[in-house]
Amino acid sequence: MKSLKTACMAALLTAVLTLPLLGAHLVVNGLSTTLVVNLWPVGIAVLLVFVAQLLDLKARLGAITQALPTVSLSSASFSRHIRLWLAVVLVAALIFPFVASRGAVDVATYALTYVMLGLGLNIVVGFAGLLDLGYVAFYAVGAYSYALLSQYFGLSFWVCLPIGGLFAATFGILLGFPVLRLRGDYLAIVTLGFGEIIRLVLNNWDSLTHGPDGINGIARPTVFGLELNRRASPGGTTLHEFFGIPFDSLYAVIALYLIALLLVILTLFIINRLVRMPVGRAWEALREDEIACRSLGLNPTLIKLSAFALGACFAGLAGAFYASRLGTITPESFTFIESAVVLAIVVLGGMGSQIGVILAALLLTVLPELARSFSEYRMLIFGLVMVLMMIWRPQGLMPATRPRLELPTAEEAHQ
Amino acid sequence: MKSPLLTVSGLQMRFGGLLAVDGIEFQVNPGEIFAIIGPNGAGKTTVFNCVSGFYRPTAGEIRLDARAITGQPGHRIARAGIVRTFQNIRLFRTMTAVENLLVAQHAQLDTNWFSGLFMLPRFRRAERDALERAAYWLEKVGLREYANREAGNLAYGQQRRLEIARCMITQPRLLLLDEPAAGLNPQETHELDLLIRELRDQHDVAVLLIEHDMSLVMEISDRILVMEYGRPIGIGTPAEVRSNPRVIKAYLGEE
Amino acid sequence: MNDLLPVLAQQVINGLSLGSIYALIAIGYTMVYGIIGMINFAHGEIYMIGAYVGVVTITALGAASGAMPLALVLSGALIIAVVVTAAYGWTVERVAYRPLRGSPRLVPLISAIGMSIFLQNYVQLGQGARDISVPPLLPGNLFEIDVEGFPVSLSLTRALIIFATLALMIALTLYISRSRMGRACRACSQDMGMANLLGIDTNRVISFTFVVGAILAAVGGVLIGLSIGKINPFIGFVAGIKAFTAAVLGGIGSIPGAMLGGVLLGLTETFASAFLPTEYKDVVAFGLLVLILLFRPTGLLGTPDVEKV
Repeated sequence: MKSLKTACMAALLTAVLTLPLLGAHLVVNGLSTTLVVNLWPVGIAVLLVFVAQLLDLKARLGAITQALPTVSLSSASFSRHIRLWLAVVLVAALIFPFVASRGAVDVATYALTYVMLGLGLNIVVGFAGLLDLGYVAFYAVGAYSYALLSQYFGLSFWVCLPIGGLFAATFGILLGFPVLRLRGDYLAIVTLGFGEIIRLVLNNWDSLTHGPDGINGIARPTVFGLELNRRASPGGTTLHEFFGIPFDSLYAVIALYLIALLLVILTLFIINRLVRMPVGRAWEALREDEIACRSLGLNPTLIKLSAFALGACFAGLAGAFYASRLGTITPESFTFIESAVVLAIVVLGGMGSQIGVILAALLLTVLPELARSFSEYRMLIFGLVMVLMMIWRPQGLMPATRPRLELPTAEEAHQ
Repeated sequence: MKSPLLTVSGLQMRFGGLLAVDGIEFQVNPGEIFAIIGPNGAGKTTVFNCVSGFYRPTAGEIRLDARAITGQPGHRIARAGIVRTFQNIRLFRTMTAVENLLVAQHAQLDTNWFSGLFMLPRFRRAERDALERAAYWLEKVGLREYANREAGNLAYGQQRRLEIARCMITQPRLLLLDEPAAGLNPQETHELDLLIRELRDQHDVAVLLIEHDMSLVMEISDRILVMEYGRPIGIGTPAEVRSNPRVIKAYLGEE
Repeated sequence: MNDLLPVLAQQVINGLSLGSIYALIAIGYTMVYGIIGMINFAHGEIYMIGAYVGVVTITALGAASGAMPLALVLSGALIIAVVVTAAYGWTVERVAYRPLRGSPRLVPLISAIGMSIFLQNYVQLGQGARDISVPPLLPGNLFEIDVEGFPVSLSLTRALIIFATLALMIALTLYISRSRMGRACRACSQDMGMANLLGIDTNRVISFTFVVGAILAAVGGVLIGLSIGKINPFIGFVAGIKAFTAAVLGGIGSIPGAMLGGVLLGLTETFASAFLPTEYKDVVAFGLLVLILLFRPTGLLGTPDVEKV
């Protein structure tokens, strides 16, 4: 009974591992610290590991995950109906805010922000194969650009949105230019370092950013020049006044949702064009073999830079939107954890796969909102998901299938 | 006398304490097929890496026409007209054959994002022309019917030919082939021989090759440089090289 | 500026003890990188776990017998922290990295990031996210001298950190250069495939490096708890990046490099916080990391590797 022996060993190991951390809880009472022993979690963990080992659960689950069908978006039947499907999804997404509850619309808007972030990071990690662990820095740049421009210069959301994107892209270029010649894992660490530096600067540059307190009272977006607040600002008109209807804060929620949707559609449009353009092919080629690219006259730095800057740009747009939605931002919203969440989305969805990333973003943001008790375990599960995905299905739930440019066969060409 | 296309003079490459290549001098004339031979470890690929910009030589000069290209980055040298193949084939394995040829045309394509995003006629035309050129070269190397097959799934000989096509589509002036016949059977080697001549005759490209297959080298080359331990030990026409006593002693003598 | 000298002297002491901690953690990064070429992103969490196990043990021993001799409590905490943390190091490698041998470089790195997030939140779940205060076991100073009218002191805890680090470093260096396992380690870092062919059990060597890294990190964790007086589940992240900086500064893959890098980083940081606003202390460390990777990625004692075409 080798498996029984292994299972016992694993259970014993689990007991050693969990006893001091889950079994003994440190409680601080004023100046003294005491231990409260609670063996239940240890027992459960030991039992779980024992059973899992005995049944060889890891291998079984692994086999199941690997056996999951690969959804190929280039498969003939799918691409024939793709326009239809897109239309259905779009219509549903447009109707959704008018039929769903206010809370649901709010969660959906929140999720759409992550869809955008996921799609943006997907360009960098999925298409160009550059692991960017400081992605949140560009999100912060976009958010602070809007917040500051709106506060100091009174610029409107629609003016600041492209500026935020451009600022973030510029940051991406400035940062990317020196670092993109580094090897993959070093690049990851350097971007992580830069992300932290930006957050620390935001946290400490009190005179500009108000430090840890952040910026409050950031203006909401307007809809065709109409404001969404109860009272109009001097010289402005509000939406409900314009239409002569009573004020309802739901309008703002719906408008924000629609703006987020618009941004996501814009992002998708641009990305889908880009992957069919020479630069999209160059990203994939570069991911596959940088040396071969150089030998053919492709400038690797420039190509990586384009992916990096574009990803940063989308993060900047998402950041500006985020600031306008919440109306308040603090440096605490832009920690490494946020980068990790977006990375988890890309990894779960499948690097390079846009549908996968969208689904993963919805899954990972909506699920914790639906099950409040789940949110306590949210990051724990994110971490676990990243590990397990790498072991079982590194290509993601829905692996990427870049649209292939087909050369008609000789017979077809002659027809 | 035509002026040489490629001039390599006093080339030296040192890795730490190891002198991999020293005192290499040669010229490749337009339309010439020039071979570098020598035992394994003689430094032939190192010369290639210097010429194609992957290594920065520790001394010496490399000129394309009259222009010094020594130590320039690889992609710039490629754009200047020197492209290469690799000993251990470096195709984009998960991309299709035709996509490999499209990537290679990157430098010549319309990479303007604006025209691409809005699918302007200029962009469409550039893409169509690129596809046509790709089709032309696939036909040329006999891979037309494998156009939409992943490069990594092609047979070994096909991969070698695709790699050459991928170089040629960039319209190079000098093609560097690193052991193009390695792993090919006699029939395939013969076809390679014909292909290289055809490229030279019809596509106005000079060829610099490293090769171990002596019968191919002797038949195809206009001139040959023989290297041993990183140093040149003979240069000349195949006949001259064959009768050079140092070469016979060091290299051919062992056969 | 007659107060500059005592400030400098005090900062050197502080920098040495902080740098010793970085060096202890950096060894784990550098050994793993030297052998399997991966950045063990979760190593910072291993150190944090070491700190927690240490505090739990100290509290348990203190509660059990009230007046246990100090040396016993301290060595008990160190031993248990080392054993448990080593088990964590071993398990993490076994569970999250071993199945990924031979994958592209970024795959184990992402797995490591996942592991790091998991461990941080796991400890948070078990012990809460708040600061836990560590009982001051070693109050007082080893010495306090007067330099031009200003006191310069070396606290007992700091002295312990510096001496323990020194002793462990010497022991590790001897072990790596003399023992069978050390020889196998060096062989694996040269050429894993060849070492395997020659009959070295490479999996055991890899596990060994993770265990050694975890042991040193555990010692660092217990000692930092005593020195700073409080810990929380987030200390591993920043300390991890800084220790990685130290490893890169010294030359990743090089054990003496990790020690040198740790001490240099510790000194840089304490001096920076003495002369700059303290909030920018981390910026200095991260900035240093970025600069080294950009301008001298092989570090001070590392050897450059030639790109293979």
